[in-house]
Amino acid sequence: MRGGQVAARAPVIQFTNCRILRGGALLREDLWVRGGRILDPEKLFFEERRVADEQRDCGGCILAPGFIDVQINGGFGVDFSQASEDVGSGVALVARRILSHGVTSFCPTLVTSPLEVYHKVLPQIPVKSGGPHGAGVLGVHLEGPFISREKRGAHPEAHLRSFEADAFQDVLATYGGLDNVRIVTLAPELGHSHEVIRELTALGICVSLGHSVADLGTAEEAVQSGATFITHLFNAMLPFHHRDPGIVGLLTSDRLPAGRRIFYGMIADGIHTNPAALRIAHRAHPKGLVLVTDAVPALGLGNGRHTLGQQEVEVEGLTAYVAGCLVSFPPLAPRTCPLCSRGTNTLSGSIAPMDACVRHFLQATGCSVESALEAASLHPAQLLGLEKCKGTLDFGADADFVVLDDSLHVRATYISGELVWQAEEARP
Amino acid sequence: MKLIILDNYSQASEWAAKYIRNRIIQFNPGPDKYFTLGLPTGSTPLGCYKKLIEYYKNGDLSFKYVKTFNMDEYVGLPRDHPESYHSFMWNNFFKHIDIHPENTHILDGNAADLQAECDAFEEKIKAAGGIELFVGGIGPDGHIAFNEPGSSLVSRTRVKTLAMDTILANARFFDGDLAKVPTMALTVGVGTVMDAREVMILITGAHKAFALYKAIEEGVNHMWTVSAFQQHPRTVFVCDEDATLELKVKTVKYFKGLMLVHNKLVDPLYSIKEKEIEKSQSSKKPYSD
Repeated sequence: MRGGQVAARAPVIQFTNCRILRGGALLREDLWVRGGRILDPEKLFFEERRVADEQRDCGGCILAPGFIDVQINGGFGVDFSQASEDVGSGVALVARRILSHGVTSFCPTLVTSPLEVYHKVLPQIPVKSGGPHGAGVLGVHLEGPFISREKRGAHPEAHLRSFEADAFQDVLATYGGLDNVRIVTLAPELGHSHEVIRELTALGICVSLGHSVADLGTAEEAVQSGATFITHLFNAMLPFHHRDPGIVGLLTSDRLPAGRRIFYGMIADGIHTNPAALRIAHRAHPKGLVLVTDAVPALGLGNGRHTLGQQEVEVEGLTAYVAGCLVSFPPLAPRTCPLCSRGTNTLSGSIAPMDACVRHFLQATGCSVESALEAASLHPAQLLGLEKCKGTLDFGADADFVVLDDSLHVRATYISGELVWQAEEARP
Repeated sequence: MKLIILDNYSQASEWAAKYIRNRIIQFNPGPDKYFTLGLPTGSTPLGCYKKLIEYYKNGDLSFKYVKTFNMDEYVGLPRDHPESYHSFMWNNFFKHIDIHPENTHILDGNAADLQAECDAFEEKIKAAGGIELFVGGIGPDGHIAFNEPGSSLVSRTRVKTLAMDTILANARFFDGDLAKVPTMALTVGVGTVMDAREVMILITGAHKAFALYKAIEEGVNHMWTVSAFQQHPRTVFVCDEDATLELKVKTVKYFKGLMLVHNKLVDPLYSIKEKEIEKSQSSKKPYSD
């Protein structure tokens, strides 16, 4: 193949003295890269009879596939749900800054917004490959507006919608088109949801169930229609009940289509989900767990007020709440302002970076390092049908990987075999 | 022959690795003078390969000026099949050391013309100046490489159909399913190995004991092809206690008594880190018999 010949002239880099995540295990193997892809060194040895052009010592570190964040609302002051003139710069800034969290691909997420925002913002967020400029954009995640009123969480009530009679056309009209869209979160109990789920699935868009009061039966029908993901399990849905487990019951449902795996996002920031709940979900269905940050614009900034779409968000320490009024509250206290009775303890996204989520997940569940890493890389890739080239260090996959020390802190990030970020201490 | 008897598998593996290391270093290979090494596959040499890799990783040994020739390869098995001898050599040896791929030679069991491939292999050995040290193992039926019972003792590299004994012995590498084991292989001939300047045979385990007895205490016989090496001027058999179980007590006692002398072949153990190899040591070779 012509393309293969061009790549064959590219230099071969051999990453040595490392452990790589491959086949669900951490193996003491070298990682070989050429032309931005993972290379099979045995083939290189016996067929091309070549050695590496360059060897890089990884100091005994772990090499894992780059993390993939399928739910991130913004960060570093950037709010993806704001209809600015230059959405592209905001996306680029976040894309660049999350490299230090080990994220090499992500889905910019838009919360429930008025039509004008979708029409203005969506066309400005094209799918884009990652590189030194930042993590790759896999497509947009539209969380809302077709969600439940009771479970809207931090989403603005005024802009919620339900499907009209010609449901799919309504969807197109709301979003202004589905180019660049990768995931849509909706509540399946809304009327006409099934035709929408079927149409979106047929277009290759991943349908996720969330912000919903659906019972298990409704949720199962939605999966049968094509839904494959659950948006931040436990949050913004009915709690597990032993006679009607609700959406949570999908994890162990026996009424899913044969061969279909249901994936579920979990925000493992130590706040959104009690560790015991995290463990219950992980033990019930470990292969479906997808770590997401659900990060808000306050990610990477300090305490204080920030926006999230049409809402204001208050950040204290590691917690972000929907802002009530201007009085500040002690952490975890009932958040009702004595002056205006406004206030909320409604969580509003998270500000824990992805690598912190991986570490917290590992510590809270006591799972293996391999499981924790797969939850942030392989599983989101499988959710999006990208597992041949992303979320894996198999031969032929894109060389997007992260160098981690034993405590899973990010030392360096690579995209297409190129170093795109490095920790301060590691820099020469 | 020299019969080297060690207590157990790991000691036998280590002795063999030390011997190979000393031979390579004392040969003092360079860009114009490669050390040609014949290599086996299977479970017996695994311990020896591990030690050689350790010596490389410690900086005591380099394979930069070593050329290798493997004994055999299955016919019809894809090169990247996990049980092919190419895969074996890559995973257990080549990928861990500094050998250049162009200096390795393994028969291609998927060549269009198998006999031409065998003839070309013989030519490559000749072009490299012959084999300095051929390391091999022994099958339970006394074969060397895939020279099954009945193979000519002057045979050259060729295609061989495997004996049932061999297929049974190899089944454990193919999920115990006899149907999956290849039935033909390309192999160097007994004559090819006899041409080497020195031959080292590794034999460990009680299941090889009868074959060892047939190979060294009985006559030269094409039914036990390893016996051909009784007529080679420089053969070393390295084995563990279990492999000697069928030998005469007299034989074992004699050779165990010689260990004091034979251990001088591996002690002192040379390293490429040393600037000067003691000249006096290399000029005074231990006597051989």
